[in-house]
Amino acid sequence: MATTAQTTTRAGGSGASGDELLLVEDLTKHFPVTQGIIFQKQVAAVKAVDGVSFHVERGETLGVVGESGCGKSTMARCVMRLLEPTGGRIVFDGRDITKLDRSRMRPIRREMMMIFQDPYASLNPRKRVGFIVAEALEVHKLGTAAEIKRRVQELLEVVGLNPEHYNRFPHEFSGGQRQRIGVARALAVNPKLIVCDEPVSALDVSVQAQILNLLKDLQKDFGLTYIFIAHDLNVVRHISDRVMVMYLGHAVEVATREQLYAEPKHPYTGALLSAVPIPNPALGRERKVVVLEGDVPSPVNPPSACWFHPRCPRFREGHCDVETPSLYSFGDGHTAACHYPLEGWPLTAEEMARRDGARPGSQ
Amino acid sequence: MALLEVNDLRTHFRTDDGIVKAVDGVNFTVEKGQTLGIVGESGCGKSVTCLTIMGLNPKRTSIISGEALFKGEDLLSMSQRRLREIRGDDIAMIFQDPMTSLNPVHKIGKQLVEAVMLHRDVTKAGARARAVDLLRAVGIPRPERRFDDYPHQFSGGMRQRVMIAMALINDPDLLIADEPTTAVDVTTQAQILRLMKQLQREFGSAIVMITHDLGVVAETADDVIVMYASKVVERATVDEIFSRPRMPYTWGLLGSLPRLDADVDRLVQIAGQPPSLLTPPNGCRFHPRCPYVMNICRTEEPRLAPVPGADGHLQRCHLDEETKQREAAKLLAATLADAS
Repeated sequence: MATTAQTTTRAGGSGASGDELLLVEDLTKHFPVTQGIIFQKQVAAVKAVDGVSFHVERGETLGVVGESGCGKSTMARCVMRLLEPTGGRIVFDGRDITKLDRSRMRPIRREMMMIFQDPYASLNPRKRVGFIVAEALEVHKLGTAAEIKRRVQELLEVVGLNPEHYNRFPHEFSGGQRQRIGVARALAVNPKLIVCDEPVSALDVSVQAQILNLLKDLQKDFGLTYIFIAHDLNVVRHISDRVMVMYLGHAVEVATREQLYAEPKHPYTGALLSAVPIPNPALGRERKVVVLEGDVPSPVNPPSACWFHPRCPRFREGHCDVETPSLYSFGDGHTAACHYPLEGWPLTAEEMARRDGARPGSQ
Repeated sequence: MALLEVNDLRTHFRTDDGIVKAVDGVNFTVEKGQTLGIVGESGCGKSVTCLTIMGLNPKRTSIISGEALFKGEDLLSMSQRRLREIRGDDIAMIFQDPMTSLNPVHKIGKQLVEAVMLHRDVTKAGARARAVDLLRAVGIPRPERRFDDYPHQFSGGMRQRVMIAMALINDPDLLIADEPTTAVDVTTQAQILRLMKQLQREFGSAIVMITHDLGVVAETADDVIVMYASKVVERATVDEIFSRPRMPYTWGLLGSLPRLDADVDRLVQIAGQPPSLLTPPNGCRFHPRCPYVMNICRTEEPRLAPVPGADGHLQRCHLDEETKQREAAKLLAATLADAS
């Protein structure tokens, strides 16, 4: 694990241009699994995030994709210091915030905001919209009551809501409108970084398009930086400049959007990409899908060496299950942790056949 | 004779605020071995359509009319007893959420065996063997051991497989799948869709696939109906709907989709919200959100009319054919240029 961490750091550092807003090095978050009622002792750890390094440049969008349970939300929560990381370093805007205490953290909190997945659960149903959006302004004492009210109405307008609806309750809005309220709340204190945790997963496609367009417009207008977490690769491709693919708490591949979708290197990325249904029947029929067998293993008791090896179509016995792959660089900041990266994309029929034959009886 | 023929199906709900017309005059047919995709936004009536066919709407508050002929028998007017015989045997349903559709306090094996014993005259051992076979068929490793596990011991994808096993256990002729993959990851979705296709080939079942994901429709369906505000607005074969869509709402759906096979800077967005079904708009129900709205659209509801020159393609729009061809071509040029 130590070797991985080192290469990861180096790879993360070499890709950075020096103008990064956020630098995360070897971030680790282990949740203890305890046993016993009175004397609780730790018997194992859920390695939710295990040695993730990346950086986010000013004004860009970093997409984070992976299956549920791969640690993408935990990673984001650690970066926001909503969870205490077990190890690693988080540098935000030139300051190391990993160990800051509550009071020193408070002024930094207004520079990083979050948009949540479920617009129904993330707004307090008993509070009026005006209060919800204004709360951060009041907490950070940014202006008088009149100024705050003006600012809130301005924000509602910015996100495409009627400023007159200041006094309404969340239940009076539809799902898409509620998500706009969530966006307005995140924008209120002029943050530098917004972490969007699956902001459109709960929405219909037409509403999803409205929110995605809004997020893009706001980024242009206010020079925002996003970390955009989603499990939908189409959405991530649409909004991101660079994409990080996570699997079981590891960043298995980081690349620019073009690189990742045109020539993925990690077999897991390939499998994810090929599993996305294409809304084009003619194209879809021709395409062959790399269907991964089985489920994501438990992060309490992960497989040896490369954590992806039990499901990997390119698995080679004696190598992948023995030696942990380090992050290899493929140029231009494109890195992937794999001993046998994909050579071409999309895969040729020949290669598909080879893969099918490579793992007989892979249950 | 079609396997399922739905004629002028209407489901209205009595509520405190008035009558909600959740399904309002829906027609479609499903042939043996075929897959029909039903797409639309939430609240357009796609789930209610299927619940009505299955006789699962609350009796006290719903007003149902029309007919749903399954092998010539009307499901809507038959006795509860006959319906119970058909349900789970000839027609089966997979629900969206595998977490809530399995009973959490019973072992999955017991739930599967119950489904067999209800409809088949078999011994318990026979039913068990059948259940284990099905669990194996849907790709659950070591089915004999997992048989005695409770639902919470399975992952989401595995639970959805158990649901599929339960739906298929009596070789249904018709399988209604209500958003079967919405709650699972793409990789699991690929596994489940492949499985459903395989089983369809094997058993020759017909599938009604309700989804809001146009990608899933493109990969699985033979025919597609697009629903908007409780009505069918377009119906065609899957190739037609993706290559020659003829209704502005379908254009909106296709254009609002971020996709892997095309690069667009800005997604098409359908302005506004779906209308309230308590007071649907006059004329064409899509007119308040339609960018091509004309005067006639505000007053007169368009018929579901055949598209000239395209067999079986129906659409509900007042726009003239020429404009439609031009606009559809424009939309496709934006997405297909990159794909080819």
